Amino acid sequence: MANTATRSFLQVAATEEATTPLRVVQIEGLVILKIIKHCKEFSPALVTGQLLGLDVGSVLEVTNCFPFPIREEDEEIEAEGANYQLEMMRCLREVNVDNNTVGWYQSTLFGSFQTVELIETFMNYQENIRRCVCIIYDPSRSNQGVLALKALKLSDSFMELYRSNNFTGEKLREKNLSWVDIFEEIPIKVSNSALVSAFMTELEADTPVTQCDYDRLQLSTSPFLERNVEFLIECMDDLSMEQQKFQFYYRNLSRQQAQQQAWLQKRRAENMARKNAGEEPLPEEDPSNPIFKPIPEPSRLDSFLITNQIANYCNQINGVAGQSFSRLYLMKALHEN
Amino acid sequence: MASIGPTVLQLIPSATRVSARVHPLVIFNVCDCYVRRPDHAERVIGTLLGSILPDGTVDIRNCYAVPHNESLDQVALDIDYHHNMLSSHQKVNPKEAIVGWFSTGFEVTGSSALIHEFYSREASNPVHLTVDTEFKNGETTIKAFVAINLSLGDQHLAAQFQEVPLDLRMVEAEKVGFDVLKPTNVDKLPNDIEGMEALMGRLLALIDDVYKYVDDVVEDRVARDSKIGRFISDTIASLPKLSPHAFNKLVNDSLQDQLLLLYLSSITSTQLSVAEKLNTAAQIL
Repeated sequence: MANTATRSFLQVAATEEATTPLRVVQIEGLVILKIIKHCKEFSPALVTGQLLGLDVGSVLEVTNCFPFPIREEDEEIEAEGANYQLEMMRCLREVNVDNNTVGWYQSTLFGSFQTVELIETFMNYQENIRRCVCIIYDPSRSNQGVLALKALKLSDSFMELYRSNNFTGEKLREKNLSWVDIFEEIPIKVSNSALVSAFMTELEADTPVTQCDYDRLQLSTSPFLERNVEFLIECMDDLSMEQQKFQFYYRNLSRQQAQQQAWLQKRRAENMARKNAGEEPLPEEDPSNPIFKPIPEPSRLDSFLITNQIANYCNQINGVAGQSFSRLYLMKALHEN
Repeated sequence: MASIGPTVLQLIPSATRVSARVHPLVIFNVCDCYVRRPDHAERVIGTLLGSILPDGTVDIRNCYAVPHNESLDQVALDIDYHHNMLSSHQKVNPKEAIVGWFSTGFEVTGSSALIHEFYSREASNPVHLTVDTEFKNGETTIKAFVAINLSLGDQHLAAQFQEVPLDLRMVEAEKVGFDVLKPTNVDKLPNDIEGMEALMGRLLALIDDVYKYVDDVVEDRVARDSKIGRFISDTIASLPKLSPHAFNKLVNDSLQDQLLLLYLSSITSTQLSVAEKLNTAAQIL
């Protein structure tokens, strides 16, 4: 009699290991410093780099990273890029750095990073690595006094949809997928080795004087907000263009439907006449007629991405406005004293 | 026949007083390499990258470890690895050049002189950085050295390692992230409002300290220092003198601008959700 507590070996081998969902990304201080340095040096140009680390349960540890050289759009330099990557990984392995790619990082300008290229890069990485994450760093926002670091991942449902390359309205309604669901943001945790922590404590004394980051107290946020609103307006233009495309499609579709109905009526009338005359009725469908050609529905992917970007800009504006409020009230209170 | 005067021990002094500036990234990297060193190695050796500023200061910006083998009487450094890493790094940042080398450990040993000689062939006047990871003195010691050649007449005697002033500084963005870099574990990155809160708390503490100091001086509890007193009065005088009316107007105008922007952004988000519903609505045909 089979004991329900023990399972046969076959059963165990058959059950797939459920992958624990990714809950936290744990980054080392070293990686943050490297990313900051690299992005700042080349700002405003956008740069990318590779993340190395370990995948442990529900935590993705990022322990090291290296930057990518700025690539020209040249075919032969593509191979050089791959060579550079292999070379760096090999060298880092010799000094015992984790040799496992867990994702990549890229810098962005005012938060405008949701592009089709990002999604494609994600899909490329996903082929080889089970779990990968993309870290976005915004150097312009960090000048405002906030460490603008975000870890992103594509949601699973979106990935399946993308693979089937099917973005019609029905499919999306089926899966209940809206633009919020494309990217998933994962909380970041920072860890440092004890040695590094000891060094930092000695080097930067705990006195409040050296610790104050005065950038946050800057009252002039207008240039940043201006750029943000400019980008927002551009994105709204793009969004309205996309919406016009949809309107056009709907109009064409309804026009085609009307034409089809009219043609069908004519056919039926003809058939009646022929039946009365005793001839065979003609088929009610005619696939060679161009009015029956199905019009392809435009993909909604672009509008989703643009919507995402706009939401991002709005959030940024909200954050900065909130900070400005605190600053202004602080000024008021100081002045009254 | 000319008399040959006594040969003098010549120390060739450096033309300008060299000083070094180290970015905290370098320290982080060195610690990381030390923690990851192979089991048999006692210390880690690596190359320092950076540039030399126009005033003679050596700006050390980046570094990487180089595998090496050390025994009692000889040192072997993996030169190919060193050159490979250098070329890889220079592909990303062509401005970074070799400015010296680092090693963990407290003193400058005999083998260090050999390694230093190797590096002086790669770069002119390399800087040697020692990072004491074992805390021999009970505190952190990071020192930088330059080698000065001692020669007796024409004969090269030895190289003396002279200490050089070191400056550890943090750039603004790194300062923002400093809260995050110090402790061993931070549970989440602070967002805008929390950061502001922490900052205001610190500012308040600063003002309290200054207040207490002034009180102490007035009541003769602390010796007065006129320099500090002048500094404080300068700071307070630098607050712009605006009439309350003008000041209020200024503050209110900025408040209104911010509110306008907030309103615009909330309208936009509402518009987005409406547009979303419209776009994926079922087609009524």
